[in-house]
Amino acid sequence: MAAIRAISPGPLSTVQDLGRPGYQRFGVSVSGAADRYALRLGNLLVGNDQRGAAIEVTIGGAEFEFTDAVTFAITGANLSPSLNGTPIPLWESLHAVAGDHLSLASPAGPDAGLRAYVNVSGGIDTPQMLGSRSTHVGAKLGGVDGRALALDDEVPIGPLTNPVPPGRRIPVDLIPRYGGEIVARVVPGPQDDKFDQDATDLFYGSTFTVSDKSDRMGCRLEGPQVPAIDDAHDIVSDGVVTGAIQVPGNGQPIILLADRQTTGGYAKIGVIASVDLALVAQASPGAQIHFEQITVDEAAVLARDRMATLRDIIFDTPDESSGERWQYDIRIDGADYQVDVDADALKGHSTAVVNGIEYDVQVVPGE
Amino acid sequence: MTTGNQPVPRILTCGEDALVVEFGNAVDPDINDQVYALAEAVGSANNESVIELAPTYRSLLVQYDIEQSTAADMTTFLSDLIGTADATQNKNDNAPRRIYELPVAYGGKQGEDLQDVAEHAGISADEVVAIHSGTDYRVFMLGFAPGFPYLGGMDERIATPRLASPRVRVPAGSVGIAETQTGVYPMVSPGGWRLIGNTPVSLFDPNLEPPVPFLPGSFIRFVPVSAEQAAEFASKVADGSYVVQMTEQGS
Repeated sequence: MAAIRAISPGPLSTVQDLGRPGYQRFGVSVSGAADRYALRLGNLLVGNDQRGAAIEVTIGGAEFEFTDAVTFAITGANLSPSLNGTPIPLWESLHAVAGDHLSLASPAGPDAGLRAYVNVSGGIDTPQMLGSRSTHVGAKLGGVDGRALALDDEVPIGPLTNPVPPGRRIPVDLIPRYGGEIVARVVPGPQDDKFDQDATDLFYGSTFTVSDKSDRMGCRLEGPQVPAIDDAHDIVSDGVVTGAIQVPGNGQPIILLADRQTTGGYAKIGVIASVDLALVAQASPGAQIHFEQITVDEAAVLARDRMATLRDIIFDTPDESSGERWQYDIRIDGADYQVDVDADALKGHSTAVVNGIEYDVQVVPGE
Repeated sequence: MTTGNQPVPRILTCGEDALVVEFGNAVDPDINDQVYALAEAVGSANNESVIELAPTYRSLLVQYDIEQSTAADMTTFLSDLIGTADATQNKNDNAPRRIYELPVAYGGKQGEDLQDVAEHAGISADEVVAIHSGTDYRVFMLGFAPGFPYLGGMDERIATPRLASPRVRVPAGSVGIAETQTGVYPMVSPGGWRLIGNTPVSLFDPNLEPPVPFLPGSFIRFVPVSAEQAAEFASKVADGSYVVQMTEQGS
């Protein structure tokens, strides 16, 4: 069976899909990809169902070997991916042959994001547990033995059912921009009534900084203290959702991410719109977050529009190129070559014809 | 977003795709009964837009598919059901309680804080066991970790503070006490509860549907067994032949 072998697993690489909803009443976290938008786009690029499983690589330092030829795509954070040492583009389907090495380095900068997704045609095919392949390390559920990938793990790839060509690219306007000053839209509730007008104004009027104590369970923020009325931050525990913003007694908000628990005992001032949650999940320590209040109906429209966009996505492909080609006559070591290159090659993957034979080429932009 | 000073239950917005029906603001068996009555009513309604139900001490979180429904439609759906669930709740007053029996080997190596609990309470270890196993505990909810039951109703005579220094590794099945709470660790984890015994019953098995031996809203009874019996049950749990005993009792 085709597989991805972990040559160097990196600090935290886990198998993730869209999570295991439906089991929160048993105390089971939903988990799943921290950046679901990047996972969905990656799956679409390689011809999978949007719900397919990929490897979520956190802050890089990872190297993998493909045991068989495979179509793959890297989405999410820019961890300067390379194949056999040659830089490769993100957000594009690519081809690898057996033995190829895929490397992911540390984030390319403070605005590069934290988590990249290695998506493969056929999807990652570790066993499903409670309807999902997602790894929850704390609960030892899913993925490879319920843990992060370790040296020499062979992560199985599922059967190829929908082959797609390399060179499919996510249209530029759909590629998320991580970092900068993040504006996260928030639907107030369920415990927004625990905060008076001054505290609410402070929350929406301030800029918070992402703490280095953030992880897959939560994005912890530092900033002005947001006080609850009568300091009543603790509530009788109730259910929580991913994206909920808890404000504990120290007044420093915590945004709940994929591996959050199922219940929580802190007042929740609001819940982040799902379309903005990926940006929060990709925010590096030190990033700035500002909250903007919207209504539940506005957030629902944003989410429905996002789903429609994914459903109706049209990739940029080499076939839709300008058609312009560049021709060169080249002499190397005394031999003559006629080279004919697709002008769109500079955008990444393309074809070149050398002495009448067509080759797939990967053009790496230089100076 | 709260919708004004409406009477309980209140229906609260929880993001773009979830509502919380809040029946009260306390750890209270009557409130908890209402939560599970509504959870059952929602489950029976077979509404295809419902994707998740998370019942807790005092509220029910309902997550829905926003491509199939809206906050307004779901509010109407739940408001209509709340009346029905109240009726169910009245019926439940006469309905039997489901009590699940968990065999526990008290004391010994896997319950090494039993003596400390006894000393703290000023009674004998046997009396602690008699008190702890003499109450049926309501499973208010499952949370914190897969299969972890939040139990209510422990006798305050055996209440004991947490360990000053938590253990790095608490074995699965450990039965513990923390202040006035008692509970069972479903899996190996760090923890600061005083350990008084161990149950061989698995509280969480992802290969089973449902993955837990008892549903929240029911009751647990700890039944003292010898270490030998516990070991026998453990081998039955391991080969899948162990069945958790359940009795029904008028409440």
